[in-house]
Amino acid sequence: MTAAPPTIAPAGGALATDDLSAYYGTLEAVGNVSIAFRRKSVTALIGPSGCGKTTLLRCLNRLHELTFDACVSGRVLLEDCDIYEWGMDPMAIRRRIGMVFQRPNPFPTLSILDNAVACGGRRLNRRAKIEVAERALRAAALWDEVKDKLTRSPLQLSGGQQQRLCIARAVAAEPEVLLMDEPTASLDPIATAVIEELMARLAERFTIVAVTHNMQQAARVSDVTAFMLADADGTGRLIEVDDTAKLFTKPSDPRTEDYITGRFG
Amino acid sequence: MSPIDRGFAAVVYGGSVLFALLIVGLFVELVLGSWPSLKAFGPSFIWHSAWDPVANKFGALPMIYGTVVTSLIAIVLAAFVGIMAAVFLADFAPRWIATPLSFLIELLAAVPSVVYGLWGLFVLAPLVRTAIGPALQHVLGWTPLFSGPIYGVGLLTGGIILALMIVPTVTAISREVIAAIPRDLREASMALGSTHWETATRVVLPAARIGIFGACVLGLGRALGETIAVTMVIGNRPEISASLFAPSYTLASVIANEFTEATTSLYISALIELGLILFLVSIVVNALARLMIWRVRGSRA
Repeated sequence: MTAAPPTIAPAGGALATDDLSAYYGTLEAVGNVSIAFRRKSVTALIGPSGCGKTTLLRCLNRLHELTFDACVSGRVLLEDCDIYEWGMDPMAIRRRIGMVFQRPNPFPTLSILDNAVACGGRRLNRRAKIEVAERALRAAALWDEVKDKLTRSPLQLSGGQQQRLCIARAVAAEPEVLLMDEPTASLDPIATAVIEELMARLAERFTIVAVTHNMQQAARVSDVTAFMLADADGTGRLIEVDDTAKLFTKPSDPRTEDYITGRFG
Repeated sequence: MSPIDRGFAAVVYGGSVLFALLIVGLFVELVLGSWPSLKAFGPSFIWHSAWDPVANKFGALPMIYGTVVTSLIAIVLAAFVGIMAAVFLADFAPRWIATPLSFLIELLAAVPSVVYGLWGLFVLAPLVRTAIGPALQHVLGWTPLFSGPIYGVGLLTGGIILALMIVPTVTAISREVIAAIPRDLREASMALGSTHWETATRVVLPAARIGIFGACVLGLGRALGETIAVTMVIGNRPEISASLFAPSYTLASVIANEFTEATTSLYISALIELGLILFLVSIVVNALARLMIWRVRGSRA
């Protein structure tokens, strides 16, 4: 990263998978998923535990391959460019596709400021750092709460604030896509509401893919919902993708209907 | 509580009290044994550098110096190698390498120290005399640390042997501490587009620093008290000289070496007082290390 990051939101953000399968050793955890995520919208991945939704998400920024014995087949297209193509730099890919995790995980030894600019901010001088951090923290709706304690430890913040700091950290890299793995799973209802509101705003700038085990949340925050289900071999399959309003009211697959009406999972 | 439970509680309670009594007893015995020397020299025992049993003059400074310098050499070398190895084992090595390699490293700790001593005397000391020493002197000979004649046995050789002996401790505990750093944190760093190296040095090591420091201090504790291997390669001369190539003495090795020939009661009690100093220093260093490691493990549990 160079000194001054671009100020306008990047135009990209077209993300799609093509016949994507993910493996842990010989176990096929995600099988033949082809899905095109809608640009600058929130896509929710829903499904029962163990259906491969988190694994699918982790394939989208090449994080899956860091797990021992894990591998991927098929393609993931970011702006028509296969991120798994031989010679692609996974570090560069991951800077274009940010990620927020299930549990808030700010870097405990860095200050709030340094957390916000953790991606490439090390070489900036203090003023530039604060500038970048302010932009990111405002985008994550956290600036007003932390602007007077930027040098403090992030561990002093509440869980919800920590999670928004993690969002700021991802946003500061000016990615095109934001992946969120159950971003509110460890938060209380009020903090959850703040994050959900934030997701809607962030979708104006980023293509968001969010895993959630909470169907109400999917219904509240997403434009598109994808339903996944593990088959008899434990392989996660994509069952149905549709506009959220349609999927929750008139699902076309009976398994989707069973799931959203609470008949299993 | 039933009578059986009460009896059982008494037994386990007694067992644990025994350990505390053992430490206190040891301390009392050391103080009693060194009483003549304590009375004769007072606190000046610690900073007098003459060690002349014939003239009945005893000062601990050369041994304290030798102990501190060899331990410092050991901990510097062992910390560098051990931390690197721990990062490799915990974060980089695939499991089929990491598991046997950790096992092997922990086996190193089981090698009897007299074997290290033999190896040090017959392999390392000649190597220091003919290769390592001259090479260091060629580059750094202008500093007092690496000047003077190279005997082969001396502070540097003692330090290297100690480093070899404590590197398993440093590696094993650092690896454990690094492995306890949540996976989330590494992934957060990787997901921001950091390299493995950046993740290890800027996220994992800083987060593990207290535990790693504890591992090093624990290694230091071992180095301070290690006796036989050092005795075999240190040169056994109670002198203070700036050069790391010069022969020296440590607290532990002087006790091991001279106890059988100590004839006067003052001589014996001076040796016991050396033991008392070593005991106190070791206890403090080890307690510090344990506290630090506990703090890290506790906060992750």
